[in-house]
Amino acid sequence: MQQFVNVTLSGLTQGMIYSAFALALVLIWRSTRIVNFAQGSMAAATAFIALAIINAGASYWVALVVALIAGFVMGALVERIIIRPVEGGPELNAVIVTLGLFVAIQALIAIIAGSSFQSFPTPFGVRGFTIGDTTIALTPTSLYVIGSVLVVMALLVALFRFTRTGLAMRASAFGQEVARLLGVRVGRMLTLGWGLAAVVGSLSGLLIAGGGFVYPAYMDSLIVFGFVAAVLGGLDSPIGAIVGGLILGLALSYISGYVDRGSALVNVSALVILMVVLLVRPGGLFASSTARRA
Amino acid sequence: MSESKTPAPAAGPGRTTEELIEEAPFTATAAANVPSAQAAGGRSFLPKSTLLRHLLIVLLSAVGAVILLEVTDPFTNSQLASLTYYAIAAGGLTVLTGLNGQISLGHGALMAVGAYTTALFLQTERGEDPLPLPLILLVSVLTATVVGALVGVAAARLHGPYLAGATLALAVGLPGLAVYFQGTFGGDQGLRVRAPQPPDVFTNFIDLVSGASATGTKWLAYLGTICLLITYFLLANLMRSRIGRTWRAVRDQEVAAELAGINLGTWRVLAFVVSAAAAGLAGGVMALVVRLAAPTNFTLVLSLALLTAIVLGGLGSLLGALLGSALLVFLPPFVTDLGADLGLDSTEAAQIAPLVYGVVLIVAMIFAPAGFVGTLRLRWMTARAKRATAGRAADRG
Repeated sequence: MQQFVNVTLSGLTQGMIYSAFALALVLIWRSTRIVNFAQGSMAAATAFIALAIINAGASYWVALVVALIAGFVMGALVERIIIRPVEGGPELNAVIVTLGLFVAIQALIAIIAGSSFQSFPTPFGVRGFTIGDTTIALTPTSLYVIGSVLVVMALLVALFRFTRTGLAMRASAFGQEVARLLGVRVGRMLTLGWGLAAVVGSLSGLLIAGGGFVYPAYMDSLIVFGFVAAVLGGLDSPIGAIVGGLILGLALSYISGYVDRGSALVNVSALVILMVVLLVRPGGLFASSTARRA
Repeated sequence: MSESKTPAPAAGPGRTTEELIEEAPFTATAAANVPSAQAAGGRSFLPKSTLLRHLLIVLLSAVGAVILLEVTDPFTNSQLASLTYYAIAAGGLTVLTGLNGQISLGHGALMAVGAYTTALFLQTERGEDPLPLPLILLVSVLTATVVGALVGVAAARLHGPYLAGATLALAVGLPGLAVYFQGTFGGDQGLRVRAPQPPDVFTNFIDLVSGASATGTKWLAYLGTICLLITYFLLANLMRSRIGRTWRAVRDQEVAAELAGINLGTWRVLAFVVSAAAAGLAGGVMALVVRLAAPTNFTLVLSLALLTAIVLGGLGSLLGALLGSALLVFLPPFVTDLGADLGLDSTEAAQIAPLVYGVVLIVAMIFAPAGFVGTLRLRWMTARAKRATAGRAADRG
């Protein structure tokens, strides 16, 4: 029983991070119909920026804010300079460009910051709370993770629901031509969307790094998990991405918790889950539209 | 040469190269679609039959390869051996991506399947002879084919980013199995491969050709070259056959292809299977050349490097795949030295190669989506179309 609670709790915490990352992918997919495979590398880059600031003596929070701003700038720049020429073109070209970006940024990190493992601090403790005599897997850090992801999601919902900018962004994602005719600066909205997505992605990168180690490729499996979570939710729906992330987090946590030497199987399990979902429900678990032609 | 046989629709007369290159999607595919010089009615010294022409090219390439391998030093020989396995895998991938429009980031994982199969079959008890090498490589191809078919069935229903994501998961996930089943696959350490001794035929042959010593390295380079030539011969014939044409139809016009009675799914799976077979052979050769099958050999960077090779060379072109693979082999030592000169330490300098791959992918996709061979071919076609128009104008005048 105690193990079950612990595995579930850590699954939920991981799941929240996957959700955030999946949300970043979904934000970009909705506006530009591109899956940003470079999201992980971009997030890793901001994590290394944060680490450099912390090592220079600043507090975690300063580093967090700077890293998120850096993520926003990077996302916006990437959209403007690199993605714009392939937007609306054949989907293969955009995929290849984001993959190129993925390798290039990762290599650049390794050249600048080195490939070694570096420990990344967390503002809160990593010792579990105790209830009675037993220590459970819920730590102050995991509360911080869950809390910050929830806050960011609430902010995003508020942005899209209650502001004119959010409305304009939704309009340009819904129909570029129509939005442009109605006076929406679609190009700017796309740039803004990429920037925001990069902020969410960076946050998930910083959260998963907290209390652990970072190295240039530490986000590799998170890209896969984020993608699987996003596809679970249909790639089109933000709520779907969040639920998909939680489901995936729990599933992977049970596998690594209960299967003997299961941690080696986590990546393969993600692959199997993805394949099953794509074959059984290609539109995702919560597809709002009828299945798109696969 | 009759006017009606102007090669591809995209290269109509009077259009500039710039116009052609701007129409990236169509021109890129058109470049892969160009009929051979013979089919287009151009002047050519090559035989008319596709089979004979390809056989002749293979023969000439074989002679060229022998000369190249005999005049170069052992280090270059081993580099050329690496080139062969990259080129085999890239050839398979360019058929899949260039001809059939399916992207795969999982070819590194499929190479791993071939490599581990070869390594397992070469591991025998002391004193016991392993199976003959061609048979082992064949088994590796078959194993990769089976895995490729499984993946292909799933992949046939996906497209673009979905397919990229699914195969990405394959590339990241599959090496984990080698770690999980460490009893069989040796875990993180991987399996050591004892490369078989060169046969007597080979020793005699080298004696005859150059009199140099027939070392193991040289044998592996020749073995890789033989595999490469066979693979490219088969792939080239396939591309020019009914099957290749059907793949192109599936890529370019799904609806029209379906109306013509083509079952999209079946042909997509077939493309994946063929491509996986090439990856399996590449993995087998790689295991022999590297003498190791370990998870660290089959990272995501390998799959992305293969993608770089075919994008740079030109999607759908075997020559492009070969040139791109040459880049994968000869670029890293070059840029690593460059990095060392700039004062980077060795691990940092080793990262310059992936950096270049990434930048190449981005730049090529934005500025020359048809790749190296495709862009050259387009220029050639444009020039020819211009000449044809000029000729016609002169006739009228």
